Amino acid sequence: MSDNRIAYWKANLRLLTMCLVIWFVVSFGFGILLAEPLNAIRIGGYGLGFWFAQQGSIYTFLVLIFFYAYRMNKLDRQFDVHED
Amino acid sequence: MTYLVVGATFALYIGIAIWARAASTGEFYVAGKGVHPVANGMATAADWMSAASFISMAGLIAFKGYDASVYLMGWTGGYVLLALLLAPYLRKFGKFTVPEFIGERYYSQTARIVAVICLIVASITYVIGQMKGVGVAFSRFLEVDFEVGVYVGMGIVFIYAVLGGMKGITYTQIAQYVVLIFAYTVPAIFISLNLTGNPLPQLGLGSTMADGTYVLDKLDLILQDLGFAAYTAQKGGTLNIFLLTLSLMIGTAGLPHVIIRFFTVPKVADARTSAGWALVFIAILYTTAPAVGGMALYNLTQTIQTGEIGSPTGNLVYDERPNWFKNWEKTGLLAFEDKNGDGRIQYYNDKNAEFAAKAEAWGWKGNEMTKIDNDIMVLANPEIAKLPNWVIALVAAGGLAAALSTAAGLLLAISSSISHDLLKGVFVKDISEKNELMAGRIAMAGAILVAGWLGINPPGFAAQVVALAFGLAASSIFPALMMGIFAKGVNRQGAILGMLSGLLFTLIYIFWFKGWFFVKGTEMAANTPANWFLGISPEAIGAVGAMINFAVAIAVSKVTAPPPEHIQHLVEDIRVPKGAGAATDH
Repeated sequence: MSDNRIAYWKANLRLLTMCLVIWFVVSFGFGILLAEPLNAIRIGGYGLGFWFAQQGSIYTFLVLIFFYAYRMNKLDRQFDVHED
Repeated sequence: MTYLVVGATFALYIGIAIWARAASTGEFYVAGKGVHPVANGMATAADWMSAASFISMAGLIAFKGYDASVYLMGWTGGYVLLALLLAPYLRKFGKFTVPEFIGERYYSQTARIVAVICLIVASITYVIGQMKGVGVAFSRFLEVDFEVGVYVGMGIVFIYAVLGGMKGITYTQIAQYVVLIFAYTVPAIFISLNLTGNPLPQLGLGSTMADGTYVLDKLDLILQDLGFAAYTAQKGGTLNIFLLTLSLMIGTAGLPHVIIRFFTVPKVADARTSAGWALVFIAILYTTAPAVGGMALYNLTQTIQTGEIGSPTGNLVYDERPNWFKNWEKTGLLAFEDKNGDGRIQYYNDKNAEFAAKAEAWGWKGNEMTKIDNDIMVLANPEIAKLPNWVIALVAAGGLAAALSTAAGLLLAISSSISHDLLKGVFVKDISEKNELMAGRIAMAGAILVAGWLGINPPGFAAQVVALAFGLAASSIFPALMMGIFAKGVNRQGAILGMLSGLLFTLIYIFWFKGWFFVKGTEMAANTPANWFLGISPEAIGAVGAMINFAVAIAVSKVTAPPPEHIQHLVEDIRVPKGAGAATDH
């Protein structure tokens, strides 16, 4: 594997790790493990933990996927491994 | 009215089928890889959202409250894994089926066949539920026999799936998505508006009602007053909730009928965004569902508990029950038994000993709503909220769209693995494209017949098998795919032993509590939290199976010969988008 491709893959893994940490924190963290204490904070009628479990985590997932796609498209061009 | 709406949607699906016929195997398996990412996202959403998502999920949320969050997070979080870890690389690989990737990456026909078996078992168990959903929707809304309903459904799927393959299915699924999302959100908006004055159900659930209290606070209060646990409180064990969410996520990412949808887009970059679009379209329904569930439960308790709890006149008189109540009693989804003979309906938690004692003093002799089916929360919702007839017709068409679109996606996954993986890959390697296309169509027709037959004669375990489908996908397919991309050193022996050990562990754990091959009476232990290992339910065990798969595969690969050079090059190649066009030439 050429150096360029190794660097590209490393950059991808860094980005991936960051995204997966956020994925884990909003769902398993805020929505499950920390739901109880977070429910003390209220947004409207929702306890924050409950909101993350039934609404917030889904919105975060959405943002994450588009953020990842956007950053990867940039990486693809930066390392010149994009299609066409 | 219902006939008209359902008939019109069916005519639309058939029209699309005739317009989008498949002429080559590429079109039949992956729609010629020419589907726009947004269109593919919409089709994926319809493919993914089954009769269970449309009809059953809101009811699950209503009766489980916070604990049902596992389904909401599990069935959406999987798309993050799909978009980040699998879809772009599998698209770069550029072939037709999931077993094909596993077979080539692990240079082994055995691995490919193991993957085919997992795929067929997972998909068939899933498709039974869809066919049942079609029959149920027909029999309840159109008052025809359950079986006639399944036959009509089979006929419709037959026309567009056999003719059009992936191409026909994709374009029909787009139409089906529009029908189903409209049918789901319209009643939800009406109900949210009625209850809270806020037209957005997502915000309505967090808003106040006419009396100034928040919907969720009110729900907590009502449920506790009736002896139930609070709506927003956690009831199950944390470890089980954690693992169930994880199992559903990796199971979602490993379900073949979802993965193959990402083979249809033109470019690698499109596979990434397409998963995002799929989640956009899924999230519209999934973020509405909590409001539908919570508000339907509120309406239900308000209908039954008309006055103060414990007062002799606080409960609804049975003879004065509303029309929808009578209608749904006929179907058996609602059942009432006047246990204390007072002619009124008492709905409360009689399993709560403390509260049951209090209820006893009021002259209540047990919960009299002996059956409230989960499905009622969506199906009867428009009637409970007194919405016009056309909304009810729309819900019927939406339920059918959800069931048919998922069934078609599953049937395609099954038929392509038979014609492409087994026939072309293993038995008749030199089959011509024309014959393979014909074999694909025959396999599809056969799969429809089997699915229809199983839908009409559902095996006793039909309700149990969803755990099996997700367990299989999570413990065998997902780890094999992920390691295939991210762990260059995992070799044939590692992958096969990993898949088998993950699979066997998961199967044995499920069968241990649910009976060997789901045969009643062969359970090794009762299926109760006290018996589960560390409180992990059979539904949640897939995540543990996946960890075993990863561990075994990596350990075995360490002590055996590394994969050959050309396989390592293959892995390096799928990691970069460049050159994806060439890979599509077969």
